[in-house]
Amino acid sequence: MQIKECTAARLAEELGLETVVSADPERRVCCGYAGDLLSWVMGRAPVDCAWVTVMSNVNVVAVATLADVGCVILAENAELDEDAAEKARAVGINVYRTAMPVFEVCAKIANRG
Amino acid sequence: MSELLTLKYTVHGDNFTGAGEASVSMKRELRQLGFDANVIRRAAIAMYEGEINMVIHAEGGEAEVIISEDRIEIILRDEGPGIANVELAMKDGFSTAQDNIRALGFGAGMGLPNMKRYSDDMRIETEIGKGTTVYMTILSDSPKNAL
Ligand SMILES: Nc1ncnc2c1ncn2[C@@H]1O[C@H](COP(=O)(O)OP(=O)(O)OP(=O)(O)O)[C@@H](O)[C@H]1O
Ligand SMILES: [Mg+2]
Repeated sequence: MQIKECTAARLAEELGLETVVSADPERRVCCGYAGDLLSWVMGRAPVDCAWVTVMSNVNVVAVATLADVGCVILAENAELDEDAAEKARAVGINVYRTAMPVFEVCAKIANRG
Repeated sequence: MSELLTLKYTVHGDNFTGAGEASVSMKRELRQLGFDANVIRRAAIAMYEGEINMVIHAEGGEAEVIISEDRIEIILRDEGPGIANVELAMKDGFSTAQDNIRALGFGAGMGLPNMKRYSDDMRIETEIGKGTTVYMTILSDSPKNAL
């Protein structure tokens, strides 16, 4: 789904997300996608999207970088594994985190206006 | 057209966490060679799904990427269990992945369909008990770049 275009850092600030890895804060984000099944996300997530998920292992970072995702938003307080955080920094993937459930994060992104 | 570069990777089967390394490395090389972002993305998705399949279903294997100006050819060879019914395996949602692997986010049964969708040509050679080789071609100039 298309959203009002902004930088990853801006989106995180507007939504009040906790920053886990800010590897490329100026990265463009222009749409959203939600899902936890990695090859589903790989095949369907649009370029430059904010990807909302509860998956938080290192494979999430690989998928995000290969599918050209703009930022990863971990919902439900999902905690990024340390090796995943290291990889995200290395490959330039932004990761944010929130206590909000997936649905709520998505609703908030959609309602930013 | 002339070949620009050939990449070779060993994909280890005991390491789910490092999985994707070959795909990430290939993507970096394609960027440096100046390929179009959509072509790179298609190659990266197709390669990753194949790489992961070798890790989770075949205990690893070898990846070879032959890069020319007009195409990227990806060859993934493993000596795993082989695929009993390729037609069935290609179906959306078909997966034999076990629970421990599903817990990592794999097992949607969308890997092979993604490889087919994002490549311009895909061929699977497989023999039970011997292994599987997947050949994929991604063309620089393709209607699939709009995907
Ligand atoms: N290299 C391989 N060796 C042996 N079996 C394979 C190989 N690749 C795929 N398969 C078989 O084909 C099935 C479908 O593969 P596919 O990639 O579409 O789904 P998956 O790997 O199970 O899940 P996903 O890719 O969505 O995480 C697998 O579950 C497995 O049984
Ligand atoms: Mg797969």
